[in-house]
Amino acid sequence: MIEFKNIEKAFGKNEVLQGIDLRFAQTGCISAVLGPNGSGKTTLIKSLLGMVLPDQGSIEVNGQPIRREWAYRNQIDYLPQIARFPENLRVAELLRMIKDIRGGASRDEELIERFGLSPFLDKRLGTLSGGTKQKVNLTLALMYDSPIVILDEPTSGLDPVAMIQLKELIRQEKKRGKMVLITTHIMSFVEEMADEIVFLLEGKIYFRGSVAEIKTQHQAEGLEEAIAGILKGQLSATARTVAEPKSALQSIMSQLQTA
Amino acid sequence: MLKILKYSTYDLLRSRWAYLYLAFFLLFSGGLLYLSGDVSKVVISLMNVILILCPLIATMFGVMYYYNSREFTELLLAQPIRRRTIFWGQYLGLAISLSVSLVIGIGIPFVAYGILHGPEIWNFFTLISNGVLLTFIFSGLAFLIGLKNENKIRGFGLAIVLWLFFAVVYDGLFLLSLILFKEYPLEGFSLAATVLNPIDLSRIMILLKLDISALMGYTGAVFQKFLGTALGMGLSLLTLALWAWLPVWGIQRIAQQKDF
Repeated sequence: MIEFKNIEKAFGKNEVLQGIDLRFAQTGCISAVLGPNGSGKTTLIKSLLGMVLPDQGSIEVNGQPIRREWAYRNQIDYLPQIARFPENLRVAELLRMIKDIRGGASRDEELIERFGLSPFLDKRLGTLSGGTKQKVNLTLALMYDSPIVILDEPTSGLDPVAMIQLKELIRQEKKRGKMVLITTHIMSFVEEMADEIVFLLEGKIYFRGSVAEIKTQHQAEGLEEAIAGILKGQLSATARTVAEPKSALQSIMSQLQTA
Repeated sequence: MLKILKYSTYDLLRSRWAYLYLAFFLLFSGGLLYLSGDVSKVVISLMNVILILCPLIATMFGVMYYYNSREFTELLLAQPIRRRTIFWGQYLGLAISLSVSLVIGIGIPFVAYGILHGPEIWNFFTLISNGVLLTFIFSGLAFLIGLKNENKIRGFGLAIVLWLFFAVVYDGLFLLSLILFKEYPLEGFSLAATVLNPIDLSRIMILLKLDISALMGYTGAVFQKFLGTALGMGLSLLTLALWAWLPVWGIQRIAQQKDF
């Protein structure tokens, strides 16, 4: 179980998260965290991993607050958004190293086979293509069979074959009763995979519910249109307030005069 | 922490910088011993080199290593490992591999020369241990600079300024103040000022060990009187230890609060 309680985080003047209350309790459930760029998805996930420290609020994993803790990360598989590796290491060396540091059983061979990585094991990470790097990233992230799986943009750079493999893998994890959290911008992926959607907008939770709910609520055919509708509505709302400052001011003044 | 230490040491020992550093000390100390043949003189020449070079290499190499291993650090941060373990492991890996280069590079020529059976062994030992201590202090400070500054250029700039300050500027200011205030008794001030700079403190400790403090005139006598006592020696060792502890403590403090 994961619980965010009133999380606030600002980087300088940029208030990325403004009071997030979220609870993921259901196992065997895929939740998609969506939102436009800069809405705080990655910050939210990084704060769950203790990489970003919230200014306010607390996060609990299985009922234990995580601040300054580290052992709880044993229960989380995490795929970072941008795969950044030590350039001069070979793939096999990197895998061996992480296994050595973390210890315990790992299923890296199964994943290497699934993503067809064996020809690349002796290559240096700096020479790999973006898609292959992402496959290494996925292998590293998922090789520990942890009950919580967090995938930040898992689809970036993957070819269709790898994409199918990934979807299959995620479904399999779901069936095995894991809690899966995904962020992505590919709506077809969400429609196909996600059981529920958490929509972040400007550091707040704008919507939470199933794909069907969001579609009926915004009278859209597909998820993509529904999301675009939300974003457009938000834009025009802000535009309206700025477009007519004079009349707004006048109405305020008249209200003041009558009062 | 041992595993992180192992991998960062392994990583550093694979880079050619560590070998260059080692080769430099091998050639330099070997050459000096071969040319002069007087161990005392060689120790003094090496002292001047170590006091300048160890801090310089430790700071520059320290920030470089910190920025280069950022990807690895990010990878480790998501693993079930304590934050301070990651940074302490990396810092110790760096400091230890630089120290190993130093000890081997100077050690081999001296041992080949027969230092182990000579009376100069303690002078040699003082020299090496001060070099190692300076390496630890300055690579730790470099790590602190890296942790505090996301911007590489700024980090490198600050590292150069740090080294320049302690190796060059500090002495300049020190001498200037001695000249400006020469009317006043300055023993206390100069003692304090020396103790506060790890490079100066190491220099004085080595010089006193070599029993050539008479060369330093009146100040030398003051230092001999102070550092010759158990209290003085204890105090200066304590200060050096404090200097070595400061970055370790700082690394833990900053690592605890930093966002990645």
